[in-house]
Amino acid sequence: MGYNCVVCVKQVPDTKRITGQAMKEDGTVNRAALPAIFNPEDLNALEEALRVRDQHGGTVTVIAMGLPAACDVLRDSLFRGADRAILITDRRAAASDTLATSYILSCAVRKLKPDLVFCGRQAIDGDTAQVGPQLAEKLGYTLVTYLEELELDGPMARVKRNIGNGYERVRSRLPALFTVMETANHPRPPALLKALKCKKARAPVEIAKAVDGTLGASATPEAKSAETARRCSDMQTQNLLITQWNLDDIEADLGWCGGAGSPTKVNRIQSIVLAGGDYKEFPPTDSGVASLLGELIQDHTIG
Amino acid sequence: MIEVNRKGEVWVFAEQEAGHLSDVPLELLSKGRELADQLGVPLAAVLVGNKVRPLCATLAQHGADLVYLAEDGVLSHYQTASYTRVVCDLITAYKPQICLFGATAIGRDLAPTVASAMKCGLTADCTDLQIGDHTDAQTKEHISKLLLQIRPAFGGNIIATIVNPHRWPQMATVREGVMRMTVAEAGRTGKTIKFPVNLAGVDLPTEVLESQRRAKKVNLKGARIIVAGGAGVGSRDQFRLIWDLANILGGAVGGSRAAVDLGYVDHDHQVGQTGTTVRPALYICCGVSGAVQHRAGMQESAKILAINIDKDAPIFGVAHYGIVGDLNEVIPRMIKTIRSGASLSDAVTGASKA
Repeated sequence: MGYNCVVCVKQVPDTKRITGQAMKEDGTVNRAALPAIFNPEDLNALEEALRVRDQHGGTVTVIAMGLPAACDVLRDSLFRGADRAILITDRRAAASDTLATSYILSCAVRKLKPDLVFCGRQAIDGDTAQVGPQLAEKLGYTLVTYLEELELDGPMARVKRNIGNGYERVRSRLPALFTVMETANHPRPPALLKALKCKKARAPVEIAKAVDGTLGASATPEAKSAETARRCSDMQTQNLLITQWNLDDIEADLGWCGGAGSPTKVNRIQSIVLAGGDYKEFPPTDSGVASLLGELIQDHTIG
Repeated sequence: MIEVNRKGEVWVFAEQEAGHLSDVPLELLSKGRELADQLGVPLAAVLVGNKVRPLCATLAQHGADLVYLAEDGVLSHYQTASYTRVVCDLITAYKPQICLFGATAIGRDLAPTVASAMKCGLTADCTDLQIGDHTDAQTKEHISKLLLQIRPAFGGNIIATIVNPHRWPQMATVREGVMRMTVAEAGRTGKTIKFPVNLAGVDLPTEVLESQRRAKKVNLKGARIIVAGGAGVGSRDQFRLIWDLANILGGAVGGSRAAVDLGYVDHDHQVGQTGTTVRPALYICCGVSGAVQHRAGMQESAKILAINIDKDAPIFGVAHYGIVGDLNEVIPRMIKTIRSGASLSDAVTGASKA
C-alpha cells in the first residue's frame, strides 16, 4: 500500500557562525549575510521518511517555506532521494512567528493529504520546537514528539520517544505528525546519480531570475515572462521543476499569515555587550595557580 | 484566543508525573508570585492528572492562591490530546492573562499545542520574565503591564524581549532551574477549585505501551562545585582533564552546548539555556568561550573561574577569577597543586598574609 509522507524542512542560518554584523538595525537577522544550511534535525526527519518509503513504498514530498534561496535545501533533499520538492515563498509570509508559520504550512500540507508528516524536533536558529506540534494541532493529526524509532503497521504507528530522562513506547493512530530527534538515525548522504540529475532542478522564481539575466534590461516584461514560461515547461517535462506555491495557491487566509497572523512581537533587541576585565587575573604559572587555589581555600569555596 | 483580560490571573502549569511534582512548577510559582503581585492579581496553579489532590497543599505552600484541579482516570498519563483539551477548557473558562509552562519534554509538547488551539503567542525557553510596557514600532500604540518574555536568540548574539500584546493568554516556557525556587511556607494555604473534566469527543489517538525513566545520572543542580569544559577542550579524550579536576575537587562535570554537540561529554552534563541552569559555590569553566546561552545557565554562580587561552573570550565578562592560558597546562598545574598539600598550605599562608 505505501505511505505518502511530507517532510517539512527549513533552511537556517548556521548559528554557530553568527556575528554581530549579521544583524539588521531592527534586530532581525540578515540571513543573506550568513552561511545557510539544512537544519540538522530536518535531515533526520527526511531520513525517517525515506526509510518508510524504502520499507513500505509510497512517496516522499519535501516542503520548505522561505526565501527562494531555500531551494538549496530542497535540491539537497532531492539528491538524498525525495520524490518531489515544494517551495512556499511569498513576501506576505515574512515576519511569521511559529503560529503563523504552522498555519501556512498546514494550508500547504492539507493540499497533499499525506498519511505521515515528519518535522525535525527543532531548528537551530530559534530552538523553539514549536512548529511541529502546532502544525499537528492545525491539521488535526496525531502528534508524536521526540521520535527515535518508528514501525508502521497499517493505520497504526509504534514509536519510541526520547523523553529526556528516559523513553516511552507509544502506539498512535495515523494520520500522524512526528518530530524527529537527531538520535533517530544517520541521514544518508546525497546520491551521486541523483545529484547529477537534480542539480539542475529549479523553482519558477529561480528560472525567472535567470531569464532576467540572459535577456537583459532591454527585453519587455512580456518577452521575459514568455521565456520563463517556456523554460518552466521545459523543466517540467524533464521532471526538474520545483513546485512553487504562494499564499494564494494554498488558499491561506492572509489574516493568519506574516506579521498580522503573528501574536508575538519583538519588544526589544539587545546586543550582548560584555563589561570585560572586571575579574581578578592570575598568571598561568605554578605560583599563579597556587595563589588562586589558596584564595579559594581561604574563603572556604573549596577544601 | 481570549480577549485581553486585565483582571486575569497568572497561571502556572503544575506538571506532575505519577503524583510527583518536579521542581520546575515550584520554581515557576516563585516567579509567578512576583508577576502576580506586580499585576495585583491572584496566582493559580493548574493541576491535571489522576488522584493528584494531595499536591494542592504543596502548590499553595509555594505561592499559589488557587489550584485548579482537573482529575480523571484518563488523565493519569500525559497525553497531548487529553491534556490540551483540559487546559484549553480551563483557559476559555477563566481567561488568565499569563500561562507559564516548564520547558520539559511534556511542557514543550503541551504548550505549543495549547497555543495553537488558542491561537495565541508562545515564547520558548525564557531566561527571564518581567512585567513592563510595550510600544508598537509601527502603530506607536503604547500598552502597559505586559509580560516581557526574555530569551537569548540567534547563537547568543542578541537577547530578545518578546511580547504578546493582543492575543491572550501570554504564554511562555521556562527551563528547569532558570527561576529560583523560594522556600515553602509551611502554614500557607490556598483554595482548590475542582474543574469538571469533559473529554467527550476526544478519543485518544495514542496509547502508552511502556515508559522507562531513569534518574538523571548527573546532579548538576545539587553540586557545590562544577568544572565545565567547552569546545576549547579539543576532544573527548582531553575532556578527561575536566573529569580529573572535578574529581579532585569533589565536584560535578558540566559542558557547554558546543562540547555536547561535539560529543566531548553527554547531554546530561549540558549547562546553559537549553541544558541545566546552575548556581554552585564555584564554577570553573575551561575552554568555554561564553556564548550567552551558556552564561544564562551559570552566571549566578557564587564564584566563577574562567580558564581560556583567548583573553577576549566573553566568558571573562562574567568571571570573578581568570587565567589566560592553555587549559592543558593550567589544569594539570591545578591538580598537582591540590595534590601536594605542602605547596598549597604555603599558598594559603601566602594568601592570608596578602
